[in-house]
Amino acid sequence: MWMSVEVNGHIYEREVAEHWTLLRFLREDLELTGTKDGCSAGECGACTVMLNGQAVNACMVLATEADGATVETIEAEASKGELSEIQAAFARNYAVQCGYCTAGMVMSVRELLRLNPKPTVAEIEEGIEGNLCRCTGYRQIIEAVLDVSGQLTNETRGGLKYV
Amino acid sequence: MSESTISSVATHVGDNVQRVDDAAKLTGAAMYASDLVFAGMLYAQVKKSPHARAKIVAINTSKAENLPGVHAVLIGKELDYRIGLYVVDKDILAKDAVRHFGEAVAAVAAESLDIASRAVDLIDVEYEVLPPVLSQLDALDESSPLVHPDLGSYDYVKASFSPKPGTNIPNITKIRKGDIDAGFAEAKWIVEREYTNPSVQHVPLETHVAIVEWKAADEVTIWSSAQSPFTLRDLFCRAFKLPHNKVRVVVPHVGGAFGGKAGIHLEPLLACLSRKAGGRPVKFQATREEEFSLLPCRCALTYRIKTGVGADGRITAQKLLMYWDAGAYADYAVNVTRASAYSAAGPYDVPNAWVDAYTIYTNKPWGTAYRGFGHVEFFWGLERHMELVAQVIGMDPLEFRKKNLLKPGSTTLTGERINEHTGSPLKCLEAAAKAINYGRLTPEEEERQARTGRRIGKGIATLHKAPAMPSFTTTAAVIKMNSDGSVVINVALTEIGQGTATVVTQMAADRLRFPVSRVKVAVERDTDKDPFDWQTVASKGLLLTGNAVIAACDDLLRQAYSDAAQVLRAQTTDLDHDAERIFVKQRPEESVTFSALSIGYVYPNGNGIGGPLIGLGRYTAQGLTGLDKETGQGLPALDWTYGAHGVIAEVDRDTGEYKVIKIASAFDVGKVINPGTMRGQCIGGMIQGLGTAECESYVYDDQGRLLNPSLTDNKILTAKDLPEEIECIAVETPQLDGPFGARGVGEHPMISVAPALANAIHDATGAELTHMPVRFEDVWRAIHNKQPIDTWVTKAPADS
Repeated sequence: MWMSVEVNGHIYEREVAEHWTLLRFLREDLELTGTKDGCSAGECGACTVMLNGQAVNACMVLATEADGATVETIEAEASKGELSEIQAAFARNYAVQCGYCTAGMVMSVRELLRLNPKPTVAEIEEGIEGNLCRCTGYRQIIEAVLDVSGQLTNETRGGLKYV
Repeated sequence: MSESTISSVATHVGDNVQRVDDAAKLTGAAMYASDLVFAGMLYAQVKKSPHARAKIVAINTSKAENLPGVHAVLIGKELDYRIGLYVVDKDILAKDAVRHFGEAVAAVAAESLDIASRAVDLIDVEYEVLPPVLSQLDALDESSPLVHPDLGSYDYVKASFSPKPGTNIPNITKIRKGDIDAGFAEAKWIVEREYTNPSVQHVPLETHVAIVEWKAADEVTIWSSAQSPFTLRDLFCRAFKLPHNKVRVVVPHVGGAFGGKAGIHLEPLLACLSRKAGGRPVKFQATREEEFSLLPCRCALTYRIKTGVGADGRITAQKLLMYWDAGAYADYAVNVTRASAYSAAGPYDVPNAWVDAYTIYTNKPWGTAYRGFGHVEFFWGLERHMELVAQVIGMDPLEFRKKNLLKPGSTTLTGERINEHTGSPLKCLEAAAKAINYGRLTPEEEERQARTGRRIGKGIATLHKAPAMPSFTTTAAVIKMNSDGSVVINVALTEIGQGTATVVTQMAADRLRFPVSRVKVAVERDTDKDPFDWQTVASKGLLLTGNAVIAACDDLLRQAYSDAAQVLRAQTTDLDHDAERIFVKQRPEESVTFSALSIGYVYPNGNGIGGPLIGLGRYTAQGLTGLDKETGQGLPALDWTYGAHGVIAEVDRDTGEYKVIKIASAFDVGKVINPGTMRGQCIGGMIQGLGTAECESYVYDDQGRLLNPSLTDNKILTAKDLPEEIECIAVETPQLDGPFGARGVGEHPMISVAPALANAIHDATGAELTHMPVRFEDVWRAIHNKQPIDTWVTKAPADS
């Protein structure tokens, strides 16, 4: 099917197979490989992107469903080489390890903060529940979200203790 | 330069330096093997066995071969190669028999993934289905079918392993210490129980992926998500009888590994497909489903522990029987068995010990290395057992553990003498216990219990682990100075998320007295360009690579001082340096910059001296030995990292539902290099350990078919499943041969989380849990099926 889609501010016009997912279209056709494929089944959230301003699992959306839509991926998160506030907070709080879940996680955090600029810890946990991370144990990601939403206090700031 | 001037200024070590790979990973710029695409690249798909055990009667590939776009179809009979880490027992594709559900029996390389998938569907395989061997205890029976009837003809590493031909046993490891009979005779109590756990999945977010290109003249290039490029190359070359300089392994960013990407996996199959397809690169990435059964898992274990205790509460003897379920291939399972055997008693002083640890073949997906390398599995039983023994003898579990902990002067199971520098299990245990107010409920907890009606319990567990590695494990580092005075470091220790690149940067910066901004660790690993490293496994990287990096920095400085001495007309002993320049100590204005020396110094008249500054550092594990095959005596441990967990859990006694309120964990890491990354390793491991403890498990039907190969049916913890509070504590007893005093902690946070949780649930309810994972229904059953404690006591004082 012939489709037209705006991705990260650029219009792409393409012939795309009806059975291709948005994830496959982004990674293989547009070569935007920052979005990762962790399960192809909507279970892990690694492929989370913004479709018309809302977070979706790109593996659960057919590419053709994005015809005429606006898509944003991790490649548009930083601007002019500067990390976004969310990305910088991830870096400050050691919220990245292997990095494979990171793109999807950043997208989900962006969605969460769009809907709820000052989420509680429980709301953050709910907000990133669909994004699996096997490395970090999530806590430093939660601290990054508290940080970027201006809520990191001495009580919520985790740290290593020494004896 | 005198030796005294080479000293480290710890300005970055110990500090919260931000990870050096953040920007690439946060912007999506970091390239993983799964992101790579090459011109002419073909896509592979694999035909998998739907049976656990079957004879392959016939395979018809003609329809697949005739499908347009297909460039190669392979079946096992075409491939006369066998692969194996320690026991060479695996064909690249199953030949006459399949040995587990999901095993590869044929493969295709085609111009697109869609064509390859269609081609695989067109392959017909005729099987004669046979009854599978599913339990490792049944597999020990003389009447059991043999998973590998040809075990006696396989090559294996004779120095470390002992296969038993004609059985399902690819290895037995024995440890003998003291006099076991005398120890049990001396005991007042003897307590015996069995503990079990199933196989689980590593679940790296990036599934296994590789691209292999086998060009003319046997020029092979492998791009892989592998943890250990040099070991991959070595195993590959051995299988195909190729020289090492013909095979190049490249490892870009890796999306999590946890041991599952150590060794060799898809690369030989893709290599054969590429060769058959005329040298085009062939790519394969496992689906999430394939990750569960085409690729390996963690071994299941049955652990029988018999402990003798004296009147004073000291352990007098321990008989420890381990039955490791390797699944269909020996892979790392034989070495998991060996490493677990010599650690089997935990960080306790056991004067008389007997360990028999069996690796056993079954018709299930095979077990490999997984974070903790057997210790997560056996500590489940061991630390549940310590709790039971304390209960039997009427001693507080914390006191019982403290009384028996290793201390300076103790000897381990293999006869290694512990000293004050080895690390302190006691400090870890005390810190973890204190962090949860062990042994009592706080007023807030009393109030919470009254409010919710749920009982709060507290549990502790200890742990230890040494790297499981050859006694002669080596590594190297190369540091190259650029003409602006910045440096690039090459090491083959792979960055798999653990933070290696960051801590290496910090250590090098401090050794050189440079800012971290002047130090770069090369991202990609490449066996043609990097110096050798054995593997990225075993929590050995920080110590071995750290020492090699320090040696490389010293070598670079030595060269720089030598050239500077000539330029400054001084002896090297007259010189000192700061971040920018080398100067004469007594006349600091006499100086030359690193930048001026970096690629050779040039005098004003144009004469040049010196040359590019390139430091080389090597390091070999010092003083370790193999283990005697009959007694297990020897020195296997590079270092011991000790730790302990404390867990507070809240349990609904009517339903068995529970919640972890707090987990607090302490590790003696010698020296914290980076508090942020260390805390990340700890929390990550603790939560992965909670996943193992609470819910993760392979589930099979009675024919050995895996029923839950997905993240829907095999859940791992999400952000919503976290404890309310997570506390990480560092103990710093410097390791004398560790870089800056540090030792590794990559695997340890995951070990013993499960028994700490079960001990807390036991404290709250009395539930005797002996199987991991501990699901709500298991707690409910254990509460409603209480057995008298005497069930497990085989000797007791007459008056008890």
